[in-house]
Amino acid sequence: MSANNDSIQKTILVAVLLCLVCSVIVSGAAVSLKPMQVKNKLEDKRKNILAAAGLLQEDKSIEEQFKQVTTRIVNLESGDYATDTELAELKAAGYPVETFDQRRLSKDGTYSASLPGNIDIASIKRLEKYAAVFLVEKDGAVDRIILPVHGYGLWSTLYGFVALQSDAETIAGLGFYAHGETPGLGGEVDNPSWKALWMGKKVHDASGAVAINVVKGKVVPGNNKEINQVDGLSGATLTSNGVSNLMRFWLGEQGFAGYLKTLKGQGV
Amino acid sequence: MSSIKEVLTQPLLANNPIAVQILGVCSALAVTTSLNVTLVMCVALTAVTACSNFAIALIRNHIPGNIRIIVQMTIIASLVIVVDQILKAYAYDVSKQLSVFVGLIITNCIVMGRAEAFAMKNPPGLSFLDGIGNGLGYSVVLIFVAVFRELLGSGSLLGFEILPLVTNGGWYYSNGLLLLPPSAFFLIGLFIWLSRTLIPEQVEEPDFVISPNTETSGAH
Repeated sequence: MSANNDSIQKTILVAVLLCLVCSVIVSGAAVSLKPMQVKNKLEDKRKNILAAAGLLQEDKSIEEQFKQVTTRIVNLESGDYATDTELAELKAAGYPVETFDQRRLSKDGTYSASLPGNIDIASIKRLEKYAAVFLVEKDGAVDRIILPVHGYGLWSTLYGFVALQSDAETIAGLGFYAHGETPGLGGEVDNPSWKALWMGKKVHDASGAVAINVVKGKVVPGNNKEINQVDGLSGATLTSNGVSNLMRFWLGEQGFAGYLKTLKGQGV
Repeated sequence: MSSIKEVLTQPLLANNPIAVQILGVCSALAVTTSLNVTLVMCVALTAVTACSNFAIALIRNHIPGNIRIIVQMTIIASLVIVVDQILKAYAYDVSKQLSVFVGLIITNCIVMGRAEAFAMKNPPGLSFLDGIGNGLGYSVVLIFVAVFRELLGSGSLLGFEILPLVTNGGWYYSNGLLLLPPSAFFLIGLFIWLSRTLIPEQVEEPDFVISPNTETSGAH
């Protein structure tokens, strides 16, 4: 029996049959599990959005909780919401509002541009033209504005959300949902007590410039910039600087500054 | 031929794939920072080893000798993709933490080693059990390492706080080294030491004996 196993015909037959069986199993699993994976991914993102805004409740389903959130697409250049034509165009290109994939958009040549080094303080290399923001409304007025942010830390790009209060000025929370910083050091960006330090901090200083900053060590109490400063992570100066830079980038001119101005102009 | 009981229990300590055969150390370093993730990895690896052993033993009399490694890899790779897909669908959070290491089960020497060394020569039923046994042997070491790393590195077990951390207002200064891969090397080393102390037969005969230093009448 095993004598003819090594013949060319048998070798090819076994190889072909095995590949057929394996490909059927693999594609079967991939296709049948796809809907659940897509749902998980979306749910995970929504969970992070809610968590950044401090609205996440463990006992309720994410889908239920996310009903209070409105997703809007912002044109970063004009600082205003994308027009209906722009939305239709984005939808045709595969970026519908409901499942807006900003990470993919930033790699799409049509909808992003490379950033010159001198203004690319967050080291993200390319900047997309549109961004999805999330608004939480309460009693008919905007209560929380949740903005997506990302930038380079020490080892990895940190992806997260920052939530602002209705004045578009005071930070209401932040959270990173993907990063590869050193556990125990830079990885402490996930530490709830550190994230709590951000609450109530202001984005701009008295002159109107973006001043939010992670300092090295502890914030000196009573100094005149205290309202813009957050304690650094000990043993993780470069990650802290990265967080500082990405916040300043996304809240600055290249990022959401125009949009925040528009919001303030509307008096939300 | 080996009995069912032997096939299942031998790999736990006496012939442990990590501690005695020193296979599959890579993933043991990478996925042991928290017990929860480790347990999922152990289940995934055990399932892959058992099923690939079973499938390979089933067709062992028809595998042409010259492409047998490729045949084994194809079966193992397919099973790993299936496991990865299932994890992404049913245990999304954990699969995110395991990320690339589920895929790397393909290259785990334990799976390949058992396919080549056992499943090619034994019937499917026994090979399946051998896969389970070796998966459990892998799990024993991983759980040992993960318990120490999570407890001393993050002060918790399975995510529940055991030693309250200073950063959360407790008293325990966490040991950051335990969250980094080298610490798993030390722990696996300690495990090997422990297992060789308990089972002295595991200590190999030295290949050669180092002769004592020769003394040259005080000259340096």
